[in-house]
Amino acid sequence: MATEDTMGTLRTPAQQDVWSGGVSPYAVVPKKLGMWLFIVSDAITFSALIVAYAFVRVASPEWPRPFAFVPSILNATVMTFILLSSSITVVMAVRAAKMDARSATAKWLAATMLGGILFDVLHIHEWQGLIGEGVRLSKNPWGAPMFGASFFTLTGLHMTHVTVGVLYLAVIAWGFSKRKYTAEDVEVSGLYWHFVDLVWMFLFPLIYLLSAKTA
Amino acid sequence: MANDTGHVEPKKPFLIVWGFLLALTALETILAYQPLALKVMLVLLMTISLVKAGLIISYFMHLRYERHSLAWTLMPALIFVISMMFVVFPDSVRLYLMRPK
Repeated sequence: MATEDTMGTLRTPAQQDVWSGGVSPYAVVPKKLGMWLFIVSDAITFSALIVAYAFVRVASPEWPRPFAFVPSILNATVMTFILLSSSITVVMAVRAAKMDARSATAKWLAATMLGGILFDVLHIHEWQGLIGEGVRLSKNPWGAPMFGASFFTLTGLHMTHVTVGVLYLAVIAWGFSKRKYTAEDVEVSGLYWHFVDLVWMFLFPLIYLLSAKTA
Repeated sequence: MANDTGHVEPKKPFLIVWGFLLALTALETILAYQPLALKVMLVLLMTISLVKAGLIISYFMHLRYERHSLAWTLMPALIFVISMMFVVFPDSVRLYLMRPK
């Protein structure tokens, strides 16, 4: 007796086990699986850079601890709060999208984008401060020369992901309100945004807290 | 995963998770200023960060409510690859211990 599988194809019972092909084993739409696979690959990229930073730090005798509570650690903590809040707003956006509340979805996505932009603004301002104090990719005034390279590479790649994320959310927000994109597209963009937040969950303690000026 | 537009997902669980994330962040910042050895600090901060990551992945990214095979496909592979990277650390310790003084 033939019934429809998750993709809408008529199949006999023998064909219906999930590994026969033509059905979706993870019960997710292909674009969502694609985003998850991308996220895992990007997580590996960031992990490699973080391990490289850890390697260089362990090997160096004089690693700088230049981040005073005001402004650096306070700024970084505020940035973390902003990113975490942008994650809750994108969760609300996905929820609204699933309820087909188009204007609410757009508003929540706009709030998320605002969080990302605010994060970028605070970050650029911090970068300007550090560059002004003499931190470069190859040297800094305080200690191990690799401090600058690891700092700017890790935070720079992350900031790029935030910026791309803001643009991505803008396109999704526009497309969803025009009924060109579906709630699934909003959800997939939400997954990317959460990943960006996830990376920061590790960068914040490893780069900032472990280099806090505690003395 | 069902995409039924008729069902209203409750907001509260998400808000509770968000509250935990903010609290754990504050805890991390406070912890950074305690007089602890660097290795102890690292282990504590990384544990808290892993908890935060787990909360985000399970609830915000919804992986807890997806089919288990998805989590089993993604997570062990990721953890394995990251673990393999740790093999370089003995060399970094060597470089530190054998540095020219």
